[in-house]
Amino acid sequence: MSPTHRYGSDLGMNTVERLSAFAQTLRAHAVRMVHRSRASHLGSCLSMADILACLYWNTLRIDPEHPNWQDRDRFILSKGHGAAIIYAALAERGFFPVGELKTYCESGSRLTGHITSGVPGVELSSGSLGHGLPVGCGMALGAKRGNLPFRTVVLCSDGELDEGSNWEAILFAPQHELDNLLLIVDFNKIQSFGRVKEVLDLDPLADKFRAFRWAVREVDGHNMQQLADTFAAVPFEQGRPSVVIAHTVKGKGVSFMEDQLAWHYKTPSAEQVEAAMRELGVDL
Amino acid sequence: MRTAFINQLCTLADTDEHIWLICGDLGYSVLEAFADRFPSRYLNAGVAEQNMTGVAAGLALVGKTVFTYSIANFPIMRCLEQIRNDVCYHNLNVKIVSVGGGLAYGSHGYTHHAVEDLAIMNALPNLIVAAPADPIEARAITTILASHQGPAYLRLGKAGEPVLHAAGTKVELGRAIQVADGSDVTIISIGGMLGTVLKASDELRLQGIHPRILSMPFLTPLDTAAILDAAEETGAILTVEEHGPGGIGTAVAETLAIHGHALAFHPLRLAKSPIKVSGTQEELRSAQGLSVEGIVQAAELLCRRPHSAVIR
Repeated sequence: MSPTHRYGSDLGMNTVERLSAFAQTLRAHAVRMVHRSRASHLGSCLSMADILACLYWNTLRIDPEHPNWQDRDRFILSKGHGAAIIYAALAERGFFPVGELKTYCESGSRLTGHITSGVPGVELSSGSLGHGLPVGCGMALGAKRGNLPFRTVVLCSDGELDEGSNWEAILFAPQHELDNLLLIVDFNKIQSFGRVKEVLDLDPLADKFRAFRWAVREVDGHNMQQLADTFAAVPFEQGRPSVVIAHTVKGKGVSFMEDQLAWHYKTPSAEQVEAAMRELGVDL
Repeated sequence: MRTAFINQLCTLADTDEHIWLICGDLGYSVLEAFADRFPSRYLNAGVAEQNMTGVAAGLALVGKTVFTYSIANFPIMRCLEQIRNDVCYHNLNVKIVSVGGGLAYGSHGYTHHAVEDLAIMNALPNLIVAAPADPIEARAITTILASHQGPAYLRLGKAGEPVLHAAGTKVELGRAIQVADGSDVTIISIGGMLGTVLKASDELRLQGIHPRILSMPFLTPLDTAAILDAAEETGAILTVEEHGPGGIGTAVAETLAIHGHALAFHPLRLAKSPIKVSGTQEELRSAQGLSVEGIVQAAELLCRRPHSAVIR
């Protein structure tokens, strides 16, 4: 693969339909994993399923056979509580056996409830919020000053933008012209104990990023074509970091979980799992 | 000490192109030496320590050896979670440097007193915790940390500390430096108290008390062997540090207890209560017994009392 700062736009084999199917599979894994382990954070997993499918099957230059390939794109999941679905993405992408997903949160499993390094394909452990973007800035700066070809992509939540550390990094990235950095905000409008609007309203979020000298695009975070086209257009402006504000729905894909704060915490029952599988059109 | 540090870092960076230095908008008249010579590996991250530490972790994840630099508590407390999660958990090559450890910024007030730093840093995994006593230790430890694979905390004094060790003194990771031998009591100090300890040692010798003097720049890894030898060979131990509970006194006491040594022991250190008055470093130290007189008095008491007694 040739070193370039442009994102690949050729969907190739992975048509929009196929990418959307991958997203449904990831959702189904997450539902089963969270049910099996009596874990939580399912709503947060489902809202970013389409983004992850697009990244892992279309955008990111990665090689599951060589997870530590030097020139690989770096992807940091800063909302580390979405662990179930990122593990599902990594397994389905071939970083480790899909069968291992059954061990999620089990005693002795490396698949802990918040994303943890040591799992093949994971670049950074997170769980406490507001850590991913500063680390991503460091990676991007290292690449920029070292003339290295890889790109750095950070996915954060909306609630996470309450953290001051993120705003330190949001100041930092344009200062150092990190146009090899992409931040994606999974803007599902619900944080852990209330709606974003009611807790610390982020609006107007795009204007805030623009004022901080980022190049901003807003997309429907469940529209695969839009996601693929937008990620392919990064960097949106030379010399500026890019941010994609992805408008999403918490719990997307399972009607009774959609836009419900409760599904930040709840574990689905066996009946709910079956209902979810029917809606997702996937049987794992 | 800070001059010894930056000069040594420049020397190392000359041959190791992976070495970076990031400051939190502090380092006037110190860091220019590095910034001018290695502009592509230098960064002022601004007054934003959380991001500074995260950026350092990101750079380390792509193969750099990153020194972060600020004063007193600034490079460790605001960004403690970044140090714990991003740096220590991932065992990254980030070396956190604090200038003005202890009461070096005495008159600046409590916000600038780094008197809990050793205890806090020592609780973290994978982290070397070091506080050199003089420019010779500072230079040697900078070299050790630069080549060590993993994170470290380096507490420095400010500028102008006297050289206390002889040229060529051997400084090794996790090893105490025996500055003088004696059989009546061992005085163990960490960091910048060594000068005062040596003066106290002279006084004690005039009184016929012969202390063993250990400079112990590494809280982790701790030189347990030197502590146990001191217990067995001198029978009494006095620790001296410009720091509150949780530093070298705590570490030595724990070592002695674990190994079943009930001997005369006293940790000479700062009280846990904040210092609310202005003063020079010397004055604020002395007010809590961290003076030649205070050390002499504590050592005398230890030598006089039965080994199982408690000092207060």
